[in-house]
Order: sequence, then structure tokens, then C-alpha cells
Amino acid sequence: MVGQHAEGKLDNGVAKVVCAAKAVGGDIEVVVFATAGAAVAGQAAAIEGVTKALHVDRAENEHPLAAVLAPQVVALAKAGGYTHVLAAGNTFGKDLLPRVAALLDVQQVSDVMAVHSTTSFDRPIYAGNAIVTVEAMAAPCVVATVRLASFQAAGTAGAAAPVEAVSTDAQLPAHTRFVSLAAQKSERPDLQSATRVVSGGRALGSAEKFKEVMEPLADKLGAAIGASRAAVDSGYCASDMQVGQTGKIIAPELYVACGISGAIQHLAGIKDARTIVAINKDPDAPIFEVADFGLVGDLFQLVPEFAQKA
Amino acid sequence: MKALVSVKRVVDYNVRIQVKPDGSGVATDGVKMSMNPFDEIAMEEAVRLKEKGVVSEIVAVTVGSAKCVETLRTALAFGADRAIHVVEEGEVQPLVAAKALVAVCGKENPDLFLLGKQAIDDDANQTGQMVAALLDRPQATFASKVEIAGTKATVTREVDAGLQTIEIDLPAVITVDLRLNEPRYLKLPDIMKAKRKPVENTTLGDLGVQAAGGLKIVKTASPAARSKGVMVKTVDELIAGLKNKGLL
Amino acid sequence: MQMTHEHEQIAETTRKFVAEQINPHLKDWERDGMWPAHEVLRAMGKLGLLGIAKPESVGGLGLDYSYQVAFAEALGTCDSGGLPMAIGVQTDMATPALANFGSAELQQEYLAPAIAGEMVAAIGVSEPGAGSDVAGIKTTARRVGDEYVISGSKLWITNGTQADWVCLLANTGNDTSGHGNKSLIVVPLDAKGVDRHQKLDKLGQRASDTAMIFLDEVRVPARNLIGEEGKGFIYQMQQFQHERLFLSASIVAAMERVIKDTATYTGQRKAFGKPLLDNQVVHFRLSELYTELEALRALIYRATDDVVAGKDATLLCSMAKLKSARLARELTDACLQYWGGQGFMWESSVAQFYRDLRLHSIGGGADEVMLEIISKRLGFVGKRRTY
Repeated sequence: MVGQHAEGKLDNGVAKVVCAAKAVGGDIEVVVFATAGAAVAGQAAAIEGVTKALHVDRAENEHPLAAVLAPQVVALAKAGGYTHVLAAGNTFGKDLLPRVAALLDVQQVSDVMAVHSTTSFDRPIYAGNAIVTVEAMAAPCVVATVRLASFQAAGTAGAAAPVEAVSTDAQLPAHTRFVSLAAQKSERPDLQSATRVVSGGRALGSAEKFKEVMEPLADKLGAAIGASRAAVDSGYCASDMQVGQTGKIIAPELYVACGISGAIQHLAGIKDARTIVAINKDPDAPIFEVADFGLVGDLFQLVPEFAQKA
Repeated sequence: MKALVSVKRVVDYNVRIQVKPDGSGVATDGVKMSMNPFDEIAMEEAVRLKEKGVVSEIVAVTVGSAKCVETLRTALAFGADRAIHVVEEGEVQPLVAAKALVAVCGKENPDLFLLGKQAIDDDANQTGQMVAALLDRPQATFASKVEIAGTKATVTREVDAGLQTIEIDLPAVITVDLRLNEPRYLKLPDIMKAKRKPVENTTLGDLGVQAAGGLKIVKTASPAARSKGVMVKTVDELIAGLKNKGLL
Repeated sequence: MQMTHEHEQIAETTRKFVAEQINPHLKDWERDGMWPAHEVLRAMGKLGLLGIAKPESVGGLGLDYSYQVAFAEALGTCDSGGLPMAIGVQTDMATPALANFGSAELQQEYLAPAIAGEMVAAIGVSEPGAGSDVAGIKTTARRVGDEYVISGSKLWITNGTQADWVCLLANTGNDTSGHGNKSLIVVPLDAKGVDRHQKLDKLGQRASDTAMIFLDEVRVPARNLIGEEGKGFIYQMQQFQHERLFLSASIVAAMERVIKDTATYTGQRKAFGKPLLDNQVVHFRLSELYTELEALRALIYRATDDVVAGKDATLLCSMAKLKSARLARELTDACLQYWGGQGFMWESSVAQFYRDLRLHSIGGGADEVMLEIISKRLGFVGKRRTY
């Protein structure tokens, strides 16, 4: 497993990939590439299920560049006789692993969401609107990225696994150079493509309250803000925030409807949302019929509490 | 400077796909097909670079069935000068596509290889990286800004941590993300002109690429239906539930 | 009619333009009773959408009419009926005669800018005393030296408040008994003596402006005459074939959308314990209407084939016009019913098309005029045919 890290901290995704690796079975070794990776490898060694944590220390490993990391992963994979090479299905793993797979002449499995055997996996296609079960060839090895949303993070081990420094003789290219990293923009994600959306309805009562109640929750969840037709018509927010049949039709992983009763027109806009949370004071509101989690009560208390504790 | 842009024919973005009842795949008969939207962005970028005078020739390429010539015509309407069609009627997985594209690169020697970060049908997100690996050339995936100066490109990439900027030597592979540009409308005169632009046919065999291998697709299923929701009593219960689903 | 990749691409560009450049603004335009014709047409002109079947010599694409039908169908994805109509005036109502019979000079002056989207065109046939009864128009154009002096009034002029010129039908001779006294003349609307009456308040198609135009001793150069003097009626009858085929094709997508919206709505709306759509009376009716719609589409394509082949398509174009207008009324009324109170709301899509498509039985030649033409062509009246 290739472990991602930044500023001395192992990425949260690693523990989830470990969980997927446990489902595959066998020994699990995590490797981190760094300039001095002992400490961060130590964090990987503390994850339950990890049998060994390796670190490859080279000056070239200061920044995560696929073209630089791939030859090292390939060298380790070949030398170590590994059956599987895994990484997280985030931008790090998606950038790196196909480069590794091609060099190993292996057809990669992207976004594993379930493990059936050492070679059989489920993965989403068509933006998750269909799921395929695939059978990968065992030889020379299986290369796969893991869909993080499909796995729980593995816990902390009682006793940390051993940490070992390793080296490779891989030739590293100089044709790819890191320039800079600008941290995530603070702007909210785009409503149409956001993986999380929080929406407010007429129950918020005013434009001021809409902002005051919805924005902290959106900030906390990293979510886009949407609204019901009623809220838009009442002037609480801009019309481009409207979710529903005549507004935007969205399919986020998480949708939180606050003070939205759930008119048919609104539901038409969210029926592809993976998980719907509804907070409403009316227990008979139709939104609860489609919600995965329903919470009845005063949104002016519950939403700020949610924002604080989430 | 020559740009090669690979384009894929996929089920149109707006189509709600249906899984075949026998689990053998997704129904595509009579379904509207279009160019992969990310590849449209790659085409647009190539055309903009040509308009700026950076690129002098754009070659579009696709690997797929005879029908894919329509996608090449669309690329030609965008502004590609000519096209190459690697005709393969069977399923083409990313590694095979990459090997075919590498073979095409061997003949064309492009300075820039542009393509979408992923196709919206298989969502694999592999082909560009594989081409770069097999060519032993730089890759800049998830590009949201591309600047070319001489034999170097400076590319801003949309990564989870924010915006990473890298500098790469050309020739290089760039896979494009949504925010790089907004593809233009195809002008009608260009649509008609595309009919007369040359499309060269070749096959995997001609290119010395074996179609075999890869993943075996065992079955295709619809995602699990929405399970009956639960009513929670407190915010804590809600948060516990969301954490349990891996959403928090 | 064979839909080639190029037909599909032209439709795709049109649909994309409608979705991104028209639909987002329609609510405002509906409210204001006005669309920015110059702005929208200029953008369409740049894409080559306004001269698909027009000659290349005036900036058109020189394609056959089947491509224009693909465009008209795609234009039907507008969220309101007013815009396809208003755009159709530019492409298929005010310009075909000029393209077919106008002098090269006149085409360069008025047709080329209309195809480029730099000028907005209108068609001036109807008058306060003559609508579908085209022969009864009263507007006169007197030849004085190398000018025509025009007086009269024209009613229900789509794009009338903003058009740069109107293709005007006027009487050029004193003999009012036949059709031989009529001529088509291009009249620039900034000419002295032109007075545009404020836009009219209509039941539907509210995003499109409609005006009354008064002409008081308006002088235009004699070279603005389209083709030959006295042939205006014949030119207009030919021009009507394009207009009618365009109108039919331009509302197919809207009707399809109304059926689909109704199926979606009734599929979600529960009454008496189950979705409305589960009632046989509802889903049978929608299926029947969809079948009729596909039959209409086939008729339109057949008429298009005849136009493309250069045959006289008057009978089939009139039938397509009649059937599309009648079906639009039947379909929007039937669907609105299943929406219940929601369908009666001004902003529901079904109410929108119920209002907008109602015009099709009146404009571009009323249903009754179509029936008269069809009856004559079939030999049921006039020169009676023996079967």
C-alpha cells in the first residue's frame, strides 16, 4: 500500500485503504515516500492490521509527483513479490497508481468499493449509477485504488508494527518538477457538482436567518448551499441556489434539508442524492418519506448544534 | 508544435443509464452518444492553444468501434486538422487504449498529448497516466490551467489538498479537469467542414497491440436501492449515524 | 428524412444554445414581454444557425431543408413557445422569398445581415381587416418614379417592436379582383412614416414582442421589390410552406416535453393511495398522445422529403401545420388536466405550453385555412375530382 502524507501527517485515507486490504487478506505493508519518512511511517505502523511500515527516503520525494514515485513503487513491487498494490482513490492515488500499473503491465481496478476475493471486486461506473463486479488477473499482481467512502477507517493497533527504511535503485526522472501548492480555496463548492449540499427552506424565515443558520453548517461540512423554491421565492437567497425540478437537479453524497417540507418539485431535484438528512419541525412533512435520517424539531436549535458537533 | 487529443465516444452525459436486467451490462442501444465531456475540454484547450499560435497542428484520435468516427467528426468540427481512428469493435480497457495511443504517439510524435481526466462511462481515470508511463514522459493530471513556454509547460492541477502547480518538460501528457475551460459551441460551418477533413483508419493489430487481457467483467448491477430511513431523536444520534455510513 | 451525424450536430449546437443562452432568461423575458432579439440573433448568427438552408452567397450554409427541420426541432427545447416562433420569423417566415426571388443587391443589403444576425427581420402580411384571408389586404404601394410609396397598417407583427426591416405584402396594382396585384417589398422600419404601435398584450408567447405597424406615405426605393411586381401573392404562398413546416417542427419537442413532465409529475403525485400515473386512464392517454406525436413527426419528415426533393409540398406542409396545431391543443389540454391545480398555476410548464402553443391554430394560417387548402388539393371543393 502506498501511504499518502503531507506536512508530517499521514493521510486519513490510509486507514480506510488498510480496511480494504484487510478484506483482501494477507500481510499489509504500507510504504511512504519522503525525504525523512520514519516518523510518518510510524503513524502507518500504528494502524490496526498493518504488518510493516516502510519508508523510502530520497530528496526527490519531497513532493508527491507521480512520475517520480511510480518507478520507486514499481521497483518495490517487483522486488517484494507483492500480490497487491493499493492506494487511496483520491487525487493522489488516481494520479500515481495507473502509472504504476502500466509499468507493471497490469490493468488497474479503479475505485474498489467491495472486496469479494483476492481478485474479485466491485467498482462503480457511470458515476455510481451502475456497479460492476470485476475479476482481475492475479499475475503479476493486482493494482487497485480504493473508494474511500466505501470503507471504514481501520482502528489503532495495540502494538505498533515494525518500521523499516528501504531503498530502491530506481532511476528517477527530472522532467517533472514541483512548483507550488496553494491550499484549498475557501469558496464553497459548486452546488451542481458538490459532494455535500445543505439546503434551507421557507421555515428559516428571513434572508438574515438563512445565512446565519445555513452558512456555519455548510462551512463545517465543506458543503454547497441550496434552497427550496419557497425560500428562493421568499427572497432568502439567490435563484441559482434553487434545488428541484425547475432549479438544479443534484446528486450529492450527502444532502441535508433544513426546514424543507419536501414538495414533489423539490424531491425531483434530490432523488439521486446518496444520503438525505431531513430536519423539520413537522413530523408529517413528506421530506421524511425519502430521508435516510429524519430529525424532528426546531431547526434554529438543531442546525447550529449539528454544525458545532459535526 | 503538434497536439494529439484522444477522444472517447460515451453515453451522453444527460442520459439516465439503465442496467440490463440480465446483469450483462448497461443498455446502450438507441441511447444518445456523445464525446466524453472531459475530452471536449481537452479539444477546446488544444484549439485555444492553436488560436494562440502555440500549437500548429491538432490531431484527434480515438480507439473504438466504427461508430466512433462520429466522435472524431465532432473533434474535427471543434478544430482538429485530421483524425486517426483505431478501429476495435470489442471492449477496450484503459491499458489497451493506452498501448494503442502510445503506438500512435510513436508515429505522430506529438509535443502535447491532451485528454480528459476520465471517461464518464467507465470512470477509470487511467488512460492518460498509462500513456505517460509507457512513453516515460511527464504527466499532469487534473489540469485546471495550462501554460506553455518553449519546451516547458506549467500546469495547475486540482488535487484534494488544493491547487498544485508543476512544471513539466515537453513532450508530455496532460489530462484535463472540469474547470480548465468551457468548450465552445460547434459552429455550423465547422460541422459541415469536418465532413471533408481526413480520417485515417488503423487497427490494434496494425499498431502491434494485443486486445486481450485486462479485467473480466463478471456482472453489472444497479446500485443498492435506498434503504428505509430512520428517525433519530437527537443531533448526536444523527452524527453517529452519518459517521457509521462514513459520511462524517 | 435521414438524421445524419451532421443533422445531429446541428441539433446539438442548437439545443446547447437554447439551454445555455435562452432558457435561463426566459422567465425575465416572459415577464417583460420582450426578448433581446438583436443580442440573441447576433449570437445565433455567429454560430451559423440563421442561414442553414440559405445560399452560401449570402453567408448561408446552402444545405437542404432537412437540416433546417433538424434545427427547428431542436429549437423546440425552449422553455416557452414564444422564442422558437420569434426566431422562426427570422429564418423561415420573413426571408425565404427574399432568398429565392430577391435581387443579389437586395439580398446583400437585407438577407446577408439577417443571416449574420446583424439585422432583425419581421413579416408583414396580416392586417386589421385581413389575417388568414391574405387576398383581402388593404395596404398599398404606389410606384412613384423609382420609389414605392406605401400606406396602410399591419397587425400581429412578431418582432415588430425591434425589427430592422419587414418583408411587406402590399397591393401594387389597382385591380383588386385577383391575386395579381400583390407584391412583396422590403421596408426598413426606420423609414420616415413608419409608426410602431406599442407591443400587444397576448394570452401566450409573451416573451416574444408583437406589434402593430402603421405606414403613412412611406417611401422605399423601387429596388426593394422582391422579384417581380404582381407576383407577391405567389411568393408569399411559397414562403408559407417554409413557415408552416418550420412551425410544425418547432413544437414537437415542446409537446414531447409536456408528456414527459406530465408522466414525471403524475408518477410522483399520489391520490387515493397510489401515483396518478398508475391509473390506466392516465397512462393510456399519455401513450396515445405520444403515438400521435410520433405520427406527426413522421408526417413532418415526409413533407420535408418532398421539399428537399423539390416537389410541391403544399398538401403535406398544410397537413403537418394543421395536425401539429390541433395536437398541441389536445395534448396540452389533456395533460394540464392530470396536473390538477398545479397545472392551472401560471408558471407550470404545462400551463406555459397550453398558452403558447394555442397560437398555432391561428398564426401562420389558421386551421380553417389549412383545411381549405387541403380540401382543394384533395379535390373535395373547387375543381372537383372524381374518385
